[in-house]
Amino acid sequence: MAHPAPLVAPQPALADALKKLLGTDLLAHVFTVDEDSITVERDAIAGVMIALRDNLEYQQMMEIAGVDYPDRAERFEVVYHLLSVTRNHRLRVRVSTDEATPVPTIVPVWPNAGWLEREVFDMYGVLFAGNPDLRRILTDYGFQGHPQRKDFPLTGYTELRYSEEDKRVVYEPVKLAQDFRNFDFMSPWEGADYVLPGDEKAGGTGEAPGKGAPTPMTAAEVKKADDQAKASPPPTPKTTEKPEQTGAGAKANLKAAKTSRDGASAKPATRTAKTPATTKADKAPAKPRAPRKPKGGDA
Amino acid sequence: MTDSPNVHHYGGDLFEGYPVDTANTAGDQAVTNYTINFGPQHPAAHGVLRLVLELDGEIIERVDPHVGLLHRGTEKLIEYKTYLQALPYFDRLDYCSPLGMEHSYVLAIEKLLDLEVPARAQYLRVLFAELTRICNHMLNIGSHVMDVGAMTPNLWVFELREDCLNFFERASGARMHSAYFRPGGVHQDVPEKLLVDIGEWVETRLPKLFGDAMSLVIDNRIFKQRNVDIATVSKEDALAWGFSGPMIRGSGIAWDLRKSQPYDAYAAMEFDIPVGTRGDCYDRFMVRVEEVYQSAKIIKQCLRDMPTGPIASLDRKVVPPKRGEMKQSMESLIHHFKLYTEGFHVPAGEVYVATESPKGEFGVYLVSDGTNKPYRCKIRPTAFSHLQAMDMMSKGHMLADTTAIIGAIDVVFGECDR
Repeated sequence: MAHPAPLVAPQPALADALKKLLGTDLLAHVFTVDEDSITVERDAIAGVMIALRDNLEYQQMMEIAGVDYPDRAERFEVVYHLLSVTRNHRLRVRVSTDEATPVPTIVPVWPNAGWLEREVFDMYGVLFAGNPDLRRILTDYGFQGHPQRKDFPLTGYTELRYSEEDKRVVYEPVKLAQDFRNFDFMSPWEGADYVLPGDEKAGGTGEAPGKGAPTPMTAAEVKKADDQAKASPPPTPKTTEKPEQTGAGAKANLKAAKTSRDGASAKPATRTAKTPATTKADKAPAKPRAPRKPKGGDA
Repeated sequence: MTDSPNVHHYGGDLFEGYPVDTANTAGDQAVTNYTINFGPQHPAAHGVLRLVLELDGEIIERVDPHVGLLHRGTEKLIEYKTYLQALPYFDRLDYCSPLGMEHSYVLAIEKLLDLEVPARAQYLRVLFAELTRICNHMLNIGSHVMDVGAMTPNLWVFELREDCLNFFERASGARMHSAYFRPGGVHQDVPEKLLVDIGEWVETRLPKLFGDAMSLVIDNRIFKQRNVDIATVSKEDALAWGFSGPMIRGSGIAWDLRKSQPYDAYAAMEFDIPVGTRGDCYDRFMVRVEEVYQSAKIIKQCLRDMPTGPIASLDRKVVPPKRGEMKQSMESLIHHFKLYTEGFHVPAGEVYVATESPKGEFGVYLVSDGTNKPYRCKIRPTAFSHLQAMDMMSKGHMLADTTAIIGAIDVVFGECDR
């Protein structure tokens, strides 16, 4: 142990004691980074806590933390940190749950669990069955959503300001002057789980990207591919007919869509200006143009 | 007028002509409880605490603290920052003792990395953590005293707090949000003159000024009347409600993480743990007063024993090189660039590291998934447990005692609300 972090003496006898005390409620016990942590049955948590407090002298419950792992079937972990002031030891107890399944409360065991459970509920939406006062705690009055979930955006959904006209604080959807910049520092050759821009063009190997170059084709395969290329008609040349097809990204598409719409309303106007000679041509577009007019005005 | 809760106190004759509720006029039973709102903008609330108090006359029946008015989403923000970028958020949690917050965080990272920290860095951290403790207690002691009616001591101890902040500025460049503790050590070495000045200060100015200020308070009749036997917490309650720091020591349990689970250079330090005997507000106050002297003792030992040597780990995969090196070495330049853009990667795993911050056990539960950003960083604030016990502590006390109770909790909302 080279690190200068708080020194807690390891307790080798703990594993057996826990096994004996908790029996089948104990799902796993790991000792990593000098810390003991156990996973227990969710529905048995209150009984487990009483047993740990009364038999193994964990007098204090210091912390309840929620953690979100969206990939798991039971995506939330509720992690309790216990402290024994007599045996000078810390123990981490965890249960897992999902959005709908409540975790039994431990407020009767430790009264300070009340607010901590409220916080986990507020931040993750984990329900605690039996908590006498499961209100939100840290977020605003009337807040919706559970901000610590991994799928909740960092910016949130609403922002508030004082409105001079209304003489009160008003809530509005979040408007960002600049996009949130999230730099990606994962090395693509160290197992990044996305396709590098441009790699999709090479496609067809069917392999996951980042797994090395594709195996060279055999002579037979090359011949087969050549024959196929000869037999099939040449692919239609790629054309770019609309600005949306340039592939310049969502922003450019939006912009392109805008100008083309404006152009559409402008086009008939110019055409009529150009070809005033034939009255028929002038009349014909007049009909469909009439309802389009307010639309163009709006834009 | 009928619904006025204290109609009957004045007797019926005073309200002749007014309809008086005669159905329920025997004794105090006619007094219906009423609810008042305390804060969130109240000078004695030490920030943005909102208390909904249910009162029976002036006796508190129930307290419902509303917290979260200073919630800034620190934990969420940290998940989007590299380990080093997340560090300054800790200064802004408990802005009265910023280095105490940083301490838990850097130790948690070092534990996950299993990183060795040079002795000088450990001594510097202990030195500044104890200065932070003094700095924090100066604010708390001063404002607690002022909340219960005394003005002068607050002004005097703020002088000392100012001195501490000047020391922080000379070490790190910032008075409050120092960002001085870094994973692997501290940011930069201190000038020799600073250590000399701290030594001088702790020998002369601190005991003199602090002793003078406390001589006005600790035996003062009014101060004792406002604090003795207020919000008594038994040992059992203190354990059950998750108390820590001066709150649990005030209740008579000699529990101090610096002693029981020593970190950095605390194992080499010699100091005493003050404990209270009755567990009331006065005991908590006195525990803090004594802790200031004990901190001074630790600072003296740090200055006496401080070794020379590097002030941060020489592991260049975690600690960036100094600027001078960068001018000479390409490798240093690459390390510097990589560490300040991508940052270092922390091995997957999870730790809970708690240190004895001036207010109690400040813990960081850090979950790493092996990338350069924390997967989850749960901050265990000290005030959360203490404030939650407000209801238990203030039941049956007078409304005016609330300020003493809050003062003795030593709550700062940057940390409580995160």
